[in-house]
Amino acid sequence: MIYLYIMVMAIVTYLIRMIPLTVFHKKITSPFIRSFLYYVPYACLTAMTVPAVFYATNSLWSATAGVTVAVVLACFRRNLVTVAAGACLAVFVVEQFLLPYLTI
Amino acid sequence: MEKKGHFIEGIRDGVPIALGYLSVSFSVGIMALASGINVLQGALMSLTNMTSAGQFAGIAVIASGGTLLELVLTQFIINLRYALMSLSLSQKLPEKMPLWQRMVVAFANTDEIFAVAMGHARSLTFSYMVGLQILPILGWTCGTVLGAIAGQVLPSAIGSALSVALYGMFIAVVVPVAVKIRPVLWVASLAAFFACIIYYVPLLSGISTGMSIIICTILASVFGALLFPVPQETKEKEV
Repeated sequence: MIYLYIMVMAIVTYLIRMIPLTVFHKKITSPFIRSFLYYVPYACLTAMTVPAVFYATNSLWSATAGVTVAVVLACFRRNLVTVAAGACLAVFVVEQFLLPYLTI
Repeated sequence: MEKKGHFIEGIRDGVPIALGYLSVSFSVGIMALASGINVLQGALMSLTNMTSAGQFAGIAVIASGGTLLELVLTQFIINLRYALMSLSLSQKLPEKMPLWQRMVVAFANTDEIFAVAMGHARSLTFSYMVGLQILPILGWTCGTVLGAIAGQVLPSAIGSALSVALYGMFIAVVVPVAVKIRPVLWVASLAAFFACIIYYVPLLSGISTGMSIIICTILASVFGALLFPVPQETKEKEV
């Protein structure tokens, strides 16, 4: 069953990438559709991150620390891997060294 | 000879992407395993999908026992941005590039590969595009396998820390643009607001994760398109 789901995912994703590259040669002119497509990645990535990220780790506190570090690093325009690594490190540090002293 | 040169040039440009993918897909592997997807299935998913956000959402749909329709809708909406990227990439490919070559190039048109391809100084050849895609595909797939294997033996503290890696990458994509471009900040905030409403309001808790992502993305993007239309000459931000 999982294999069927993986196949369907792959086919949908491939068609989305393949069709515009092979069939359509004209540029999209509708300002509404262009604008909609422009905003889609930001809306979608945010909706996937909030609030789920706060429940992804062992504690709400460590997750909050991870998000804070990621946002700060991102503001300074660090690359994707640095931001991701910083978030992981923050979670680890808070869970290992800070949480034992916080009695919640 | 010229073809070979382009191919090697592509390989070289693909190295940093592949290294990044290797580390980020590690958390895809961990997440897949935690959701009841085994190592082989995880590897197959990464090899055939090549999309962090899409796989992430797909794993969520599978884990929550969602329907195939839900899966298709989620993938369609989340990966819709690739249509836009493929569209602009098509403008940079040689006009006479045969159909089958276009079909190959489309396979791994990811956010980062697209960004590198569009930044490439000269016009794109098939050899260059194939070279560019090979290492990132390997990196993405191998990282998933390593993550899924390591996830079984890693202590919970490490697993917990790594589970934010993918979110960190999402934040790294959205925040710099949101800080600079006000309408993007509005759209992202609105998406977060809708996602929280669906998550916390008891009446709406029946809405699955995948469905929630679709609803929030469409509502926030339509809001953005209506209130802040993007000027024609503005180049799409490669995300």
